[in-house]
Amino acid sequence: MSALRKSSPLAVTGKYLALGFYVAFALFPLYWLAKIAVTPDKLIFTEGTALFPSRFTFENFGTVLLATDFLSYFKNSVFVSIGTAAITTAIAAAAGYAFSRFAFRGKRLIVALMLITQMFPLLMIIAPIYKIVAAVGLLNSLTSLIIVYTAFNIPFATFLMQSFFDGIPKDLEEAAMMDGCTRFEALRKIILPLTLPGLGATLGFVFTAAWSELLFALMLINSNDTMTFPVGLLTFVSKFSVDWGQMMAAGVLALVPSCLFFIFIQRYLVQGLTSGAVKG
Amino acid sequence: MTAIDTAVPGRKPRARPTFYFRYMVEPYLYLTPAILLIALVMLVPLVIGVSYAFQAVNLLRPFQSGWVGFANFEALWTDRKFWLALTNTFWWTLGSIFFQFFLGLGLAMLLNTQFHGKRIVQALVFLPWAVPTFLSALTWAWLFNPTIGPLPHWLAALGILSEPFNILGDPDLAMWGPITANVWFGIPFFAITLLAALQSIPHELYEAAEIDGATPWQTFTKITLPFLAPMIAITVMLRTIWIANFADLIFVMTGGGPANSTQILSTYIFTTAFRKLDFGYASAIAVALLGLLLIYAAILLVLRRKLVKI
Repeated sequence: MSALRKSSPLAVTGKYLALGFYVAFALFPLYWLAKIAVTPDKLIFTEGTALFPSRFTFENFGTVLLATDFLSYFKNSVFVSIGTAAITTAIAAAAGYAFSRFAFRGKRLIVALMLITQMFPLLMIIAPIYKIVAAVGLLNSLTSLIIVYTAFNIPFATFLMQSFFDGIPKDLEEAAMMDGCTRFEALRKIILPLTLPGLGATLGFVFTAAWSELLFALMLINSNDTMTFPVGLLTFVSKFSVDWGQMMAAGVLALVPSCLFFIFIQRYLVQGLTSGAVKG
Repeated sequence: MTAIDTAVPGRKPRARPTFYFRYMVEPYLYLTPAILLIALVMLVPLVIGVSYAFQAVNLLRPFQSGWVGFANFEALWTDRKFWLALTNTFWWTLGSIFFQFFLGLGLAMLLNTQFHGKRIVQALVFLPWAVPTFLSALTWAWLFNPTIGPLPHWLAALGILSEPFNILGDPDLAMWGPITANVWFGIPFFAITLLAALQSIPHELYEAAEIDGATPWQTFTKITLPFLAPMIAITVMLRTIWIANFADLIFVMTGGGPANSTQILSTYIFTTAFRKLDFGYASAIAVALLGLLLIYAAILLVLRRKLVKI
């Protein structure tokens, strides 16, 4: 670290160039998405590949929001993602707390089962899930998506929450329990307030995951009313593949919620993963 | 009941209820919802999915269902598309992981140094990771489109392409499209995990190396790499499996085409289930993929045990 700080101007320039390359590579596709979204329709074919459009318009956003079904897709996705995030976080917090604070019979087995669910191809269960969901009569319902996504995200969220609980000293709730609290009261009154950042990060992770899931949503949803954003956008693309401006405006809109959450969780990212990853 | 007795041999009877409660009941009060959901939504369907591989389950032909033994696997063995998809899976995974890893390592090492505007740079370079995958796929597909995307024109100007055409439509080049998108999407993951590992290396080691007059290369190979190695091994292994299973990007960008040149096993599973509704065959491919991944993981674990003797 300190070696680099003292090194030659050439090395410093090289470092900033490399950083510049990474930033440009990361941002360029998103810039392009936004650029085409604000380019007026008439100019797309003449200026489609120019770095800057000569005129801006927000017409595409208006059309997408008002004249298409995207608002309904958006609403469905928000509902599914928030539902999944809230339920997953509650269940995973409980499970993560158990992993963090108890030594108990069958713990290794449960951890192993959770790890297995992270290893096998999820597509393996897409056919059985479809059949089960169809048998229960929940095809084309957002509830089925919430249940499926919740189960998918619980293992990772549990390990994440466990690492947050591990960071809180046990003495705290032991002291509270000495003073006559039950364990659950101690958890609710003392530990949970301390893990709020952890809960927030978990919410964010799960929300983003649910927001971007495509394949199961494609399989389980085919009515226009209950389509989530990814499914709706893909259907839109395959049907009207020439409305570039509108598609990209829709894309920019799809980006907004995940980016908001990302900004929120960004600072916990490295810390959270450090403590989780070191334990393997 | 016998479980309690064996669990606490030689303890005073009075201690039993609390012991029983603390070690057998209370943890499960917290765990039950998680276990139930995982079992019902993932483990049970997994077992059913494996059983589908030995059945004829096609929603388009509902009356020809039943156990068929290994018929699906026999069909798989002679399926040219399956072997093509297997080869493609190999190149897709190798190409993606290679660039993701080295670019991610480079980024992590850069972020582990001091520079101006570090916070904002870190936030910006991690951003692709937050972009929903379907959107990354669409964005890159558009970037490769000569009508609205700049990439074909740039590649042509550099002399890589003879003229600005869409490489996603060229069977020889199409795989590079999803790989590029995947590298873009995956660099942050490696950068984050490797940065976390880098930050856990004790500072004193670098100071000692500096006092001893070590060159930057020596510091890298003698301190950084050995400390990172376990992390690298585990992330590369997990990520390889994850990428081999990762169908979204390819499905959205090319749908496996043109002429199956970008069809990998996971997209083949999805299209078989989703478009042909042939659940039996799709499950057979999935079981084959799972078997291959297990072999891969087993080989890696054995290698690791042989190479890393602790």
